[in-house]
Amino acid sequence: MTKGSPIIRFEGVTKRYGKVVAVDAVDLEVREGEFFALLGPSGCGKTTLLRMLAGFEVPSEGRILIDGQDVTQVGPNKRPVNMVFQNYAVFPHMSVADNVGYGLKVDGVPSGERTMRVEEALALVKLDGLGSRRPDQLSGGQRQRVALARALVKRPRVLLLDEPLSALDAKLREAMRTELCQLQAQVGITFVMVTHDQDEALALADRCAVMNRGLLQQVASPSDLYEFPASRFVADFIGSVNMLEGRLVVDEPDHAEVAVAGIAQPIFLDHGVTGAAGTTLWLALRPEKIELHKATPAPPALGDAPAGRNAVAGTITHVAYLGSESLYEVKLPDGQKLKALRSNLTRWDQEDFALGEQVWLAWHACSPAVLLS
Amino acid sequence: MLQRPSQAPGVFAAVGVPPVVWLFALFLAPLAVIWTYSFGENRTLVDIAITGSWGNYARALKPLYLAILLKSMGFAALTTVLCFILGLPVALAITFASRRAKLLLLVAIMLPFWTNLLIRTYALMAILRTEGLINSGLGALWGIVPGLPPFEPLPLINNNFAVVIGLVYVHLPFMVLPLYAALDRLDRSLIEASLDLGAGHLATLWRVVVPLALPGIVSGIIITFIPALGAYLTPDLLGGTNSQMIANVIERQFRSANDWPFGAALSFLLMYLTFAALMVQAIISRRSAEREAAR
Repeated sequence: MTKGSPIIRFEGVTKRYGKVVAVDAVDLEVREGEFFALLGPSGCGKTTLLRMLAGFEVPSEGRILIDGQDVTQVGPNKRPVNMVFQNYAVFPHMSVADNVGYGLKVDGVPSGERTMRVEEALALVKLDGLGSRRPDQLSGGQRQRVALARALVKRPRVLLLDEPLSALDAKLREAMRTELCQLQAQVGITFVMVTHDQDEALALADRCAVMNRGLLQQVASPSDLYEFPASRFVADFIGSVNMLEGRLVVDEPDHAEVAVAGIAQPIFLDHGVTGAAGTTLWLALRPEKIELHKATPAPPALGDAPAGRNAVAGTITHVAYLGSESLYEVKLPDGQKLKALRSNLTRWDQEDFALGEQVWLAWHACSPAVLLS
Repeated sequence: MLQRPSQAPGVFAAVGVPPVVWLFALFLAPLAVIWTYSFGENRTLVDIAITGSWGNYARALKPLYLAILLKSMGFAALTTVLCFILGLPVALAITFASRRAKLLLLVAIMLPFWTNLLIRTYALMAILRTEGLINSGLGALWGIVPGLPPFEPLPLINNNFAVVIGLVYVHLPFMVLPLYAALDRLDRSLIEASLDLGAGHLATLWRVVVPLALPGIVSGIIITFIPALGAYLTPDLLGGTNSQMIANVIERQFRSANDWPFGAALSFLLMYLTFAALMVQAIISRRSAEREAAR
C-alpha cells in the first residue's frame, strides 16, 4: 500500500453508554504512514474512539475498517494495532526484555528470533542493555520507552498512543516530542495519538481531528486548524483567540465588511464571504495577529485596508511578560477586551508598552478568520 | 500527628490496657493452661498432674491419630483446591461486573455468613440425605421411565463426599473475598495491554492476572485451609463414623473420653500446623510487599 491511501476508516461509528452518547456518528479516515492526532477536551469521546480502534470497546453502530477489513467485532488480540497506554501498563512482574517480548511469546515466535527482535526494539527506543532490569528500577520516561518498544516489536499496522506525553515533566515532554516524530519517520508505521494538549497535537501530528461532545468538529492539518478553523469551538480550543461577533454589511466578491459592536468602522476583509448581507458571523482574531502601535493622532495604516479601518484605540489593562513574547490586554472604550501578543525581538522590546498606556490595535485585512457557526 | 506513649501516657493507657488485658486473660492464659496440660497425665477423673512428659504427643503421632490428622489435611487441601477452582471464576465475575451487579454479587457471597452455621449445615443435610431433595428429585425422574429396576438412593451423606461438599460450601466465601480484593486492585490496563499484545483471555489470566494476584491467592488459600483443617461441625453432622476429622477427635478427648492432656496435645499439634501455614503466607506476602515498595 502506498503512503497516503486510507488505512483506517470509521464509518458512522457511534458509541452509547446507556443514554450517554460518547461518540456520535463519526466518519473518519486515517491515511497510511501519517501521524494522526485525536484532539479535544476531556470527555469529548476521543479516548473512546481510540479504544474502539484498539478493540476494547465495540461500537453501538457503524463499522471500523483497518486495511479494508471490517474489524468492528474483532477482539483486541486479533487486530493489527498495538497501543501505548497512558500509564504505560508495563507488566510489573516481568523484566524489561520479557515485557517487550511478551507479544512475540504469545504469538509463538521462536525464542532465537524473539531475542533478536526484542534487542532491536530496545535499541530503537534507546534502551539497549536494560533488558534485564525490572520495571520498578526504571524512570517514568524509560517505562514509556518500554511500552513503545513492546508495541513496536509486533510490527503493527497502526500504533495507538493514549496521551503519550501527559505523564512526563515539561523538559522530557519536549524531548520526547521530537523523538516520537523521528521514531515514526524511522519505522514508517501509522501513528494515531489521543491528546487533550493542543500544543502536543500541533507539534506532532500531520493531521488532527478535533472532537467535542462526541462529534467530529474538523479534520485538518495543524496549520489549517489554527489559521482556518471551521467553527468557534475549534478556533477557541486551538490556541488563544479574540472572538468578535458581527454582522455582514458589505459582501463583494473581492472584499467584505463586518460591523462589530464597539469598533467604530466595520472591519474590512480582503476576501468575499459566503452569506447574505445582515448575516451574523464571528471573526476569530489571533492575539499575535494584532499589532500594537503608539497612540498617534491618526490610526496606523497597514496598507491592505482603506484608511482608518482595522484599527481601534484602547488602554493597556494588563501585561503578561512571557519571556519570548509579551501578552497585552487592551480595553476598548465600550469595555470589551482584546488580547495582543507581541514578540520580544530585542532585549528591550518588553519596555515599549506600559500598563495604562493608550495604544492603537491594528490588524491586516487577511488576519481575521470568518466563522459562520 | 503521631505521639509517643511518653507524651500522653493517660491516653495510651486508656486505649491500650483493655485490649492487652483482654488478650492475656481470655486468649493467651487459657492457651497457656491447655499447653501445660499437654505435658500432663490424668490422675483421677478431675485431677491432672503436670509431669512434663511427651507421652501425649507421642500418642498423638501414633498411626491411628496420624492417619486422622493426615486425612483432615487431605480434606482441607481438597476443599481449598475446589474452593479455588470454584472461587476464581466467581471472583473474576464480581471484579468485572457492573457497579450494581457487583454489590448484589458481593451480598450474595456474604449472605451465608449472616446465617447460623448450624442452620446452614442442617439445610445441607436436608438436601443430601437419603430422603433429601436430590434423592427424591432423582427418584421422581427415575419413576417416569417405565421398566427400570427400583430406584436406589445415592449415598450422599454420612461419608467423605458429604464432608468435602459441606466444607466447600462453608468455606467458599473465605476464598472468594480475598481473591476478589486482589483482582479488584489489579490495574485494568495491564489486562488490556496483554490482550492488545495478542494474548487470549486464558493466556492473559495465566501470565498476567494470576501472577499479579498471587498475594491474594495465597491469602485465600491460607484462610480457607486453616478453618477447613479445624472444622468440627461439618464432619460431625455430615460425616459418618469413618469421616471424622481431627477436631472431632479432639472434642471426644475433652468430653466423652475425659482425657484433657491428650486433647491438649492434639490441639497444639493442629496449631503448629496452622502456624506453619501462616508462616508460608507471611514469607510470600513480604516478598511481594518488597517488590511493591521498590517500585
